[in-house]
Formats: sequence, structure tokens, C-alpha cells
Amino acid sequence: MAATETPRTWPKLDVLRPVPSELHPTTDNPDLLEINLGPNHPSTHGVLRLVTTLDGEVVVGLKCEIGYVHTGIEKNIEQKTYWKAIPYVPRMDYLSFFSGETAFCMAVEKALELEVPRRAEWIRVLFQELARLHSHLIFLGTGSVDLGGIALLFYCFRARDEVLDLFEMVTGQRMHPRYCQVGGVAEDLPKGFEPKCREFIAFMRDQVDQYDELIGANPIWSQRTKGIGVLPPDFALQMGMTGPNLRASGVPYDLRSANGGYGAYREIGYTPVTEQAGDTHARFRVRIEEMRASLDVIEKVLDGIPSGPTISDDRKVVLPPRHELHTSMESLIHHFKLVTEGFTVPAGEVYAPIESARGEFGFHLVSDGGPKPWRVRLRSPSLVLLQSLAALCQGVYLADLIAILASIDPVLGDVDR
Amino acid sequence: MTDAILAVNSPTWGEPDQGAADRLEAALGAGVVERRVEHRGELTLDVPVERLPDVCRHLRDEEGYDLLSSVTGIDYLGYAGEVAGYWGGGADGRDLNRSASAGKRAVPEAPGPKRFAVSVALAKVLTVTDGGHRRLRVRVWVDEGEAVPTLTGVYPSADFHEREAWDMLGIEFAGHPNLRRILMPEDWGGHPQRKDYPLGGEPVQFSDEV
Repeated sequence: MAATETPRTWPKLDVLRPVPSELHPTTDNPDLLEINLGPNHPSTHGVLRLVTTLDGEVVVGLKCEIGYVHTGIEKNIEQKTYWKAIPYVPRMDYLSFFSGETAFCMAVEKALELEVPRRAEWIRVLFQELARLHSHLIFLGTGSVDLGGIALLFYCFRARDEVLDLFEMVTGQRMHPRYCQVGGVAEDLPKGFEPKCREFIAFMRDQVDQYDELIGANPIWSQRTKGIGVLPPDFALQMGMTGPNLRASGVPYDLRSANGGYGAYREIGYTPVTEQAGDTHARFRVRIEEMRASLDVIEKVLDGIPSGPTISDDRKVVLPPRHELHTSMESLIHHFKLVTEGFTVPAGEVYAPIESARGEFGFHLVSDGGPKPWRVRLRSPSLVLLQSLAALCQGVYLADLIAILASIDPVLGDVDR
Repeated sequence: MTDAILAVNSPTWGEPDQGAADRLEAALGAGVVERRVEHRGELTLDVPVERLPDVCRHLRDEEGYDLLSSVTGIDYLGYAGEVAGYWGGGADGRDLNRSASAGKRAVPEAPGPKRFAVSVALAKVLTVTDGGHRRLRVRVWVDEGEAVPTLTGVYPSADFHEREAWDMLGIEFAGHPNLRRILMPEDWGGHPQRKDYPLGGEPVQFSDEV
């Protein structure tokens, strides 16, 4: 559905009630059954434990227990110089990995007031959209398995492999490429990338149409998803939802277009995809449409990418090019200093959010003027969206709980960090 | 070279919303904003800790800050003082011609009077279609043992954020309905993201020894 819907009058948030992120049974019926879904259960999409209370087959109580994959990444980053911290970042939201790298580098660049070449920004947009495709493909594949449709998983993972091939071609890594650098990107696009990417776009458009036909016209799919887990827009905002889940409730909030967007989205332009229903079906629809929109953005990048350098030439922040190390003493010194001691960032707080595949993904960075961050906090969309799970699942069947959990798409690495 | 650079590369916060701060002072009294800090175009308002829910309720109802983006606890223990020097370390910027080996680097004064800061990041979302997306940060300062009034009554989504700040930094949120550990095991001792939490050497968990 196109984004330019008729403007709605938004409900004013004046009737806020304390909404629990846990659901407790209201009766003390002795027949209630308390079961643990997870922590090791495929439909929880990671290591998530849902303490569920069932009345027959109906969910009357729900509690999210998280923290099973907490690895202290924020604490670790405090012990690392800025550029050594970059590889930690994509391992949080490992499905939309490039978004993490970009958000971190953008926060550091904002604190440094460092200028980034245009070509680098365009390349970042290209890979952010590829990472979004990657994430939405896995969402769609695993989500359909949760609803009993195995076929889509294989289609989606086949297409996902094509995305990873593109990453491999440019960065040498299939996942977690550490391709984004403070000041730009590590390498320019290789020869032969553009035709391969255009081939991929054509292939992918066809694939998305297939997915759409496979589930769009499927009556079982519609019955399992329509009207299930309805998230009204005001409630979604109260619970801090962002990203596709919020847009499925009709709020056109997308950081790629808010205030004109960020990075090269300011030049490329983007119109948010929204749906109005706010149910599980709408959350699936939004992501399918976003995959189409991502392909459009990628095509625009290939058509209009400017030439020029791909990384800033500020030698106090950016590593010198490898070939200069053999001929230039200054470059060698800069390289040595940057690797051993890093660069310093002026003291102060910055927060730079970007639109990842699951919503507002931002780094709150506090610097003390030294080469290591004083405090880093990741505003992870997944942590926030898990809060509304209990309210969404009130009184639904257990099978629908699985469908709702799949449709809000949390990544547990992103939740626990 | 200038046309090779985008005008704004980082996500924009919009214009610093000084008007909201003015109206906040007009509505809740002049003492409600203790300090306004502007850094890289981001506006931070320091407010007295006991007024935090009132301030947020005003910003939500009158100014349209409808999304609580995050609640972040920050431990400033040891922030002011001198630490080993690094290359180029000027306190207020990148005086990059100074060598690190020169010795000590002065760390700037802590930005607030107490040990912990709690930064509440707010955003205007429903105005996004009119280009009215704005961000604002409200910050309070507390010491060890002092509690921050909870924001769960104003923004329900503060729940997990506040639990995380309690778990990681030991900042207490008075009135929070369910303030227990969220990421660490329930019986964990200490708060790992405090600056005085030991790195390494912590007792082995889940060993057979009793």
C-alpha cells in the first residue's frame, strides 16, 4: 500500500494507563497450567523464555524472561578504542547486521563532527537496504514456519544466500563484515558488482511477488493472521514501538524520511510504507512491501551513485591507504598511532538513531574526550517491542501467541546485548 | 571537495527545541530547568529529580513528545581527574598535534553534580508527517542510594529501560511496579556496568562447589 494515505487524526495520548509488560492471570483457578516456552524452542526466535499461564488453550498469563544471551557488549565497548569496538556492534542485531555498524559509526562521526564523502553515504544506504532485505527474508521464512508453512522458508533462505553473496563480493565476509568505518566505508565497490546487483534486483522482485502470491491468497494464512494481535497506534506508541510494527498500525514514522532522513536518504528520498489494520497480517504485509521499497532504493543507488572517495581523508581519524605505508613515513606513523592508541572524541553526549529492520536503532554515546567511549548504550528496538507482547497476547490461543511473536520480529541478540 | 560531502550525514534531531523548554519553565516554574546543554545540535535539559514525572507529563501532553525512546543510566564515577595520556587528547577537542607520551591528560569536569545521570530521550512522532519530528533529552542526577521517580506512569515503555538501569547500574526507580533484574540472573551480586565493578576475577557461576 502506498504511503501517502489520507492524513488521520491521531488519538491524543491523554488516557495513558499503566500497561504491564507482564500479564498475570486474574483468577486463581487451580486448573490453570503454567508452562515455559523456551528458552530453547525454535519458535521463540532465539533464547527467549516465555512463562505462559494457560487456561485450556487460552493464554491468561505471560512473562518474558530475557538475558540468556547477555554478553555485556556495552561494557566491552567501554574497554575498546572506537574503531576496535566496531566488530562488536553487528553481533547484537545479527540479522540486520549492517545497520548496527552504520549506527555506531554515525554516532562517532556526529561526536567528531567528521565529514563523510557522499559516495560512502550512498554505499552505506545500499548495504543498509541489503541488510534489511536479509532480515525481512529471515523474518518471513521463519514466520511462515511458525504458522505451519514450510515452503516459504526454503524460498527465503535461497534468496537470503544471494544477499550474502553480494556482501561477500564487496566485503569478503558473508555476515558481520565490519565494512563500515568511522569516516566512510572500507573499500570501494568492486568491478562487476553493479551488473550482479541488478541481476539480484530482478531476481528478488520476482521472488517477492512469489512470496506475496504464496501467502497473500492463502485462506489459511489469512485466517491465522487477520484480526490477531491488534496493536492500536496510540497503544503502540505508549509501548515505545518503532519500525515496521508501528507502521503496520498506520503511523508513518520512519527515520529514513523523518525530517528529510539521514545520510544519503536525504538525496535519494524515501516514502514510508504503512498499513492500517495493526494486526499480525498487517505486520507481515508491511515487511513484504518494505522489501519492494528496499529494492527500489537499491536500484536508485545503483543509478545515481556519485563518484569520489569512499572514506574521509582526515588522517587523524581514518587509517591511511595501505599502499602509502610503503612510501610515506607520516602515513606509517599515523597508522601506528591509530592502531595502538586510537583517536580521541570530544567530550559530550550524542545520540544517533537510524532505521534498522526492526525500528529505531541508535547509539547513545558518552565521551570523556579520550580514545575509548565512556558509556555506550544501544537503544535496541527488539528490547522495546518485547514489552508489548504480553498485552497483545491477552486471551489469544497458544498457537496465536506463536504467530504474534513471529510477527513482531524480535532478535534476541538485540534484546540482550 | 565540498560538494563531495553531504550537508547532514547523521540523523537529524531537528532544531533544538528551546521553545519547549521555555514553555516548560513558564508552566512549571522557573526552577524546573536547572541547565540547558546543547551539544552537536542536541538539547539536554537538566531537571530536579523529583520533578521528572511532572516534566515528562507536561512534555507529553502539551508539547507532543509522544515516544519515550530510551532511559539510559550513566555512571560518572572517576570521570573528572587525570588519567594516562593518549595521542591528541585535548579535553574539549582534537588537539591532535600533541603527543600522547607527554604524560597525563586532563579529563573534563563531570557534567553534573552527582555520580549517576539518568538520560531520558523523548521524541515527537505523530507530528512526523508535518516535518515536526523533534527530539529532546531530559536528564536527572542522583547519588548512590537516591531513587528516581519512575516514568512508567507517564510512558509505560519505561518499564524495561528502568529495569535495565537498575540491573546494570543499581539506580533505583521509586514506584516502579516490577523493579527486578532483567538481563543478569536474579541472584547476581553487584551491578556490572558501574565503573567500580571489577573486570575479571568475578566468582565462577554454577560451579559444583557449595
